[in-house]
Amino acid sequence: MTDLIERHDIEQFDDHGDHETNPHDDHEHHGPSGLLKWLTSTDHKVIGINYTVTSIVMLVVGGALAEIIRAQLVSPTSTLVSFAQYNQLFTMHGSIMIYLFAGPFAFAGLANYLVPLQVGAPDMAFPRLNALSYWLYLSGVITMVLSFFATGGPAAFGWVGYAPLTSAVNAPGVGPDLWIGALLLTGFSAIFSGVNLVATIFYLRAPGMTLFRMPIFTWNMLVTGILILLAFPVLTAALVMLYCDRHFGTHVFEVQGGGVPLLWQHMFWFWGHPEVYILALPFFGMVSEVIPVFSKKPMFGYKGMVFATLTIAALSLGVWAHHMFTSGAVLLPFFSIMSLLIAVPTGIKIFNWIGTMWKGQIQYTSAMLFSIGFVITFLIGGITGIFLASPPLDFFTHDTYFVVAHFHSVVMALVIGAMAGIYFWGPKITGYKLHEGWGKAQFWFLFLGTQVFTFPGYWLGLKGMARRMAVYPNNPSWQTLNDWSTVGAIMIGISTLFLIINFIVSWRKPIPAGDNPWDASGLEWFTSSPPPHHNFLSLPPIRSERPTWDYHHPEHPALGHGDHVSGHVEEKVSN
Amino acid sequence: MHSDNPQSGSHVKTGVVRKFITSRRAALLAVIAPLVLAGCQLPTFGAYHGITKGGSQTFKLWQGFSVIAVIIGGGTFLLILWVVFRYRHRSDAIPRQTQYNVPLEVLYTIVPILVVIGLFAATVVVENQVLSEPTPKATVNVTAFQWGWKFVYPGQNVVVVGQTTQDPTMVVPLGENVKMNLRSSDVVHGFYVPELNFSRFAQPGLLNTFTFNFDKLGVFKGQCTQLCGLYHSLMYFKIQVVTKTQYQAWLKANALSPAQAVAAANASANQINAGIPVKPAQTSYGVN
Repeated sequence: MTDLIERHDIEQFDDHGDHETNPHDDHEHHGPSGLLKWLTSTDHKVIGINYTVTSIVMLVVGGALAEIIRAQLVSPTSTLVSFAQYNQLFTMHGSIMIYLFAGPFAFAGLANYLVPLQVGAPDMAFPRLNALSYWLYLSGVITMVLSFFATGGPAAFGWVGYAPLTSAVNAPGVGPDLWIGALLLTGFSAIFSGVNLVATIFYLRAPGMTLFRMPIFTWNMLVTGILILLAFPVLTAALVMLYCDRHFGTHVFEVQGGGVPLLWQHMFWFWGHPEVYILALPFFGMVSEVIPVFSKKPMFGYKGMVFATLTIAALSLGVWAHHMFTSGAVLLPFFSIMSLLIAVPTGIKIFNWIGTMWKGQIQYTSAMLFSIGFVITFLIGGITGIFLASPPLDFFTHDTYFVVAHFHSVVMALVIGAMAGIYFWGPKITGYKLHEGWGKAQFWFLFLGTQVFTFPGYWLGLKGMARRMAVYPNNPSWQTLNDWSTVGAIMIGISTLFLIINFIVSWRKPIPAGDNPWDASGLEWFTSSPPPHHNFLSLPPIRSERPTWDYHHPEHPALGHGDHVSGHVEEKVSN
Repeated sequence: MHSDNPQSGSHVKTGVVRKFITSRRAALLAVIAPLVLAGCQLPTFGAYHGITKGGSQTFKLWQGFSVIAVIIGGGTFLLILWVVFRYRHRSDAIPRQTQYNVPLEVLYTIVPILVVIGLFAATVVVENQVLSEPTPKATVNVTAFQWGWKFVYPGQNVVVVGQTTQDPTMVVPLGENVKMNLRSSDVVHGFYVPELNFSRFAQPGLLNTFTFNFDKLGVFKGQCTQLCGLYHSLMYFKIQVVTKTQYQAWLKANALSPAQAVAAANASANQINAGIPVKPAQTSYGVN
């Protein structure tokens, strides 16, 4: 490992140096400043912030579309929007949230900022590719947003775009083409981010940072990067085929020329299910960093956690057709058992998080509240997912609000996890803490709003309300349930306002954070806030996955496992 | 926030662990005998009882899964709540830095695997019942199109069509095996009747078949579940289950001449839509 690092000529690693770093010393970057810096930078921190800010803007845009959808559903025969506009709304809501917010925020935003810091590297492995990745992503964002202004409106075939609803006949106009273009741009951006993540983690780790001393977040980003490389090219290929079908007279997804519409579903979900974990693993990683810090304990079952992540990734490549149980064209038992098995490593993760808090001294900061909210909401989404893994049960819940509620429990858990990440690492990125009072208010509105929003959906789905309905049967109990769901959506909207207020309040009355405000354990907390150009002036010895903790608390190493407490007090404990 | 009773932790903990393990054992039992459990008076957990033999089996499977979900999910939720309240910050002392407890970790790996195997076994049993296709007494060729349904009774000269302004009704006999041949003439649609506890995609270029044995009389609303374009929200139909005699009488009363029947069965979506011309009022965008 050491020789690899030296080849890359990283700056000095001082095993017992002074960890106080000064952002204004000789190592400061002498490039352009201001706007030009943001436009030209290849610094992973600048790119990470670009990604994070852009994706949060997309979260707000996608959320606003969701509020219009929920407003339409307040009454069964509402005419707030037309049928066509309704189809466009949920298509763009899903597309923006999945393609432009959740993934880029996690695997390109915070990961870009944090992974080099957590492995003790000066930057990502390919800084220019990294910059290209962001600019491709931003182009995709602009393309997607511009499609609102296309003649005939934006795409209206759902974020999954099942062929042949996407054909030139069924979806004419430039809106669907812009949708394809946006996905191609963000898809390539994701692939380049994946390359960068994997290369950085394999080649730029600091001396002493073995694989099994990497923080869980970095581990999850490694696995996410590998999943990106396996899944995204398939989507990209499918999109190219779709574009050819629309414009160059091919018939890949059209029956008329001997094509197979079902092929789109296979290709889409071969990307789409790993994508669920591409979205989820980074957030698993975030809360896996937050929970130990505020429980004042190491991550319980660290190695089990890593193997659980690897197992989830491996299984996720063999479950795509559980989205197609009702297609009548897939081998049900295989995809059923593979999907059910994912519950096992996911359960391990939840028990490990509980184990971490067990006998801890839990401090309820905003970041910790969001993390616990994540675990509970994800538990609900996970348990309801087990039903859907059973084909007979999927038959009558597929494409109903049960499924909508299920995946919104999951993705809202990710949004809650994202907030944990913002409150936890925000001080590292800006040098200032966010206001705790507003943070807690935001937490309660977001967490409770999520449950009020999803729970009626489960019931509605079981009663037979199909998804993507602009109007629904005039049934008073359905309307009541829909209205409650809308109340939840409004609470979530209010929580977003609280976040924005918090940004303003914290900006006007800054609370300096210092290098390590949470007494955290990763290398990123060893350098200054924000870190200097090229991140580190010195590094502590890395003898466990908690180098900064070990440096500050040499008398409290992790217990219960022999091989990484060397260099400190050896203590065998029988459990 | 602070409690003065730090000693209370240990015995409370053993209690919870015991309760936790007991609940896991209960879950395992529930997995082994989901059908036995479903025989008892369990709540519906929101689902319909089903109006076919297969639908009733699906309902029982749903109950079995729900019981396990409540036990495991509820148990885990209570465990989280308990940990969150019990181990809240009380002192600045650094707690014991326990990182591994291998027997415990193995336990919560093995037990879920056993639960999953049980769930899978029950799934396969029910799935085979639901998807079994015994020799049919009646057959309906179902074609979905934008935005309606066509039900053709082969050999009977009966054709039922309807679209967004007219929900077609499929009449089927009670207690007989009724086979459906499901197709789509344009995009992907979803054939779904909530009370059947069943749905299936209608796909272009692909034939889907399934067989129902209805065991309840009545009219049941169905609809398209897969987004299929502009008027997806209005693509309803009905299934009416009648006695065998009523079914035969209905067939006779609605029989067309063979030539008419062929023409009706082969009518394209555009022809059907032209025959039933009224579109819903709420439209601001052009169709097709």
